Amino acid sequence: MPSRRHALSVLALLLALAGISFIVALAAGSIAVTFDDLLAALFGATFDHMGGNTLAVEVIRGLRLPRALGAFAVGGLLALAGALMQVLLRNPLADPYVLGISGGAAVGALLAMLSGLALFFVNLAAFAGAFAAMLTVFGLAHGDSSWTRTRLLLTGVIVAAGCGAVVALILSIAPEAQLRGMLFWLMGDAGQVSEPRPALLVLAAGLLIALPFARELNLLARGELLAQTLGVPVAGVRRGVYFLAALLTATAVTTAGSIGFIGLVVPHLTRLGLMKLGWGNDQRLLLPAAALAGGSLLVLADTLARTVAAPQQLPVGVLTALIGVPVFLFLLGREKSA
Amino acid sequence: MTPLISTRDLLVRIGGHEVCRAFTWTVQPGECWAILGRNGVGKSTLLASLAGLRPCTAGEVTVCDVNIAVSPSPTFSAALPHGSLRSLAQRRSYLAQNHSDPFPSTVMETALIGRHPHLGRWDWETGADRAIARAALAEVDLAGLAEREVHTLSGGERQRLAVAQLLTQQPQLFLLDEPLTHLDLSHQVAVMELFRRRTQGDAALVAVLHDPGFAVRYCEHALLLFGNGEWLAGPSHEIVSAENLSRLYGHPLREICSNNERWFIPC
Repeated sequence: MPSRRHALSVLALLLALAGISFIVALAAGSIAVTFDDLLAALFGATFDHMGGNTLAVEVIRGLRLPRALGAFAVGGLLALAGALMQVLLRNPLADPYVLGISGGAAVGALLAMLSGLALFFVNLAAFAGAFAAMLTVFGLAHGDSSWTRTRLLLTGVIVAAGCGAVVALILSIAPEAQLRGMLFWLMGDAGQVSEPRPALLVLAAGLLIALPFARELNLLARGELLAQTLGVPVAGVRRGVYFLAALLTATAVTTAGSIGFIGLVVPHLTRLGLMKLGWGNDQRLLLPAAALAGGSLLVLADTLARTVAAPQQLPVGVLTALIGVPVFLFLLGREKSA
Repeated sequence: MTPLISTRDLLVRIGGHEVCRAFTWTVQPGECWAILGRNGVGKSTLLASLAGLRPCTAGEVTVCDVNIAVSPSPTFSAALPHGSLRSLAQRRSYLAQNHSDPFPSTVMETALIGRHPHLGRWDWETGADRAIARAALAEVDLAGLAEREVHTLSGGERQRLAVAQLLTQQPQLFLLDEPLTHLDLSHQVAVMELFRRRTQGDAALVAVLHDPGFAVRYCEHALLLFGNGEWLAGPSHEIVSAENLSRLYGHPLREICSNNERWFIPC
């Protein structure tokens, strides 16, 4: 278990990583950017005398910065939601999408696209879909008030499967011209982020709400009975965790589509890393660390997605999986031999 | 002295089956109680009810000055307000039968969990908390394994770790559900003696045990649960007899005396 000082130093390190990922994201791309341009774009008037290249400044401010901020927020949201879901379901295989929230969002978004609505309404429909799925799962699993983990998980998985079928149906009847947009939405794409601020706000609020309860979550992860024995109001905390994780996921999916992999693997990567340092699985450190790591990872992956095959843009969800899978398997393999 | 547990006219029921009926009982500081009974009579259910972890059916229970209101609520979580849940957690401990560790964790971390009820919302474990946990680990013979991964422990070591977690909690009332499972003979004796030392002051212990010999050796009091709501509580030298045990287990038992100690073996 880390001390508070250790935890803060780890977080400072991850904050530095986040800074680096932003510099990379802002500097990389088809339009070359100098260091002066970066300063001018970020700090505005103070550095105007340096005379940054106006085109570069415009590109950074108007395109790359909102996109990077959006990617960071979404990565952080997914990683935090994943860590919370893993505690809630006491299952290392849980991810933010396991309870059907992304499925509901996908149905909403695709229906809106099918009816040819504007982006704003697509986002709205996605959020409404996510919310509907969340309430459905909660209502059904909570029905007779015996809210067991298995029942919750099973309900979520079934609702997700139902949503998957509806998504397949929409895809099969959608006109050719809309298919590409739909597929990009489904795979997750930070390019559609127009306004990153709501997502950033939700991420900050989510961390602020979850952190005071982090020690309770440590206990909950070890078992409901143990947690209750040691004074945790289990039913209330579980309900809170469920709704918080669902809200974080819904925000992420609404912002950038269902980007896979981050929510499952970043909490594990973080946990593996912290275990290697001998600091174990402490949610007080794990939750903020996973949020920072998830954000940075998605910023880097998104930068790669828009540069590696430029001018062709790849959906970032594909890249996160392509990079993450081998990294994760490598770490897991080393863990075993150690 | 105020009793650590007092029940009045308690009825505990699980799945239509009565565990104890008209159960009026007190546990005073310094007392050691053994609960004996056949599989499935509800020993664990009663213990969990006394720990405030599941609601009783009717009657009154006061544990460590906390009135565990008897509610007809069918939910798993006893409807205790957060405040009493916390003050209960500071004074009574509960050793469950099973321990699960879905996520990796070290032995030290797992022992430190017991400090939770004593820490404020923003507190982190201090050096003092660590010292308490280290002492607890030493008491159960796990001092050298503090940094070990919990998954690498044997069944008996894991059980001792659960005991250490209880000691770290520093409660006044120990409620133990089969504390000796998975333990080898020497550790069974060590753990019982450790608890007896702890209960010499103002602490008390209630343990579900399966060996009547251990019950009479370490607990001056016994509670026999016969399975149809019937119960018998009193000094173990009186009520733990071959006759009562034969009725209790539905199998004839014979008493053997050696060095002033009584042991019971199945015929």
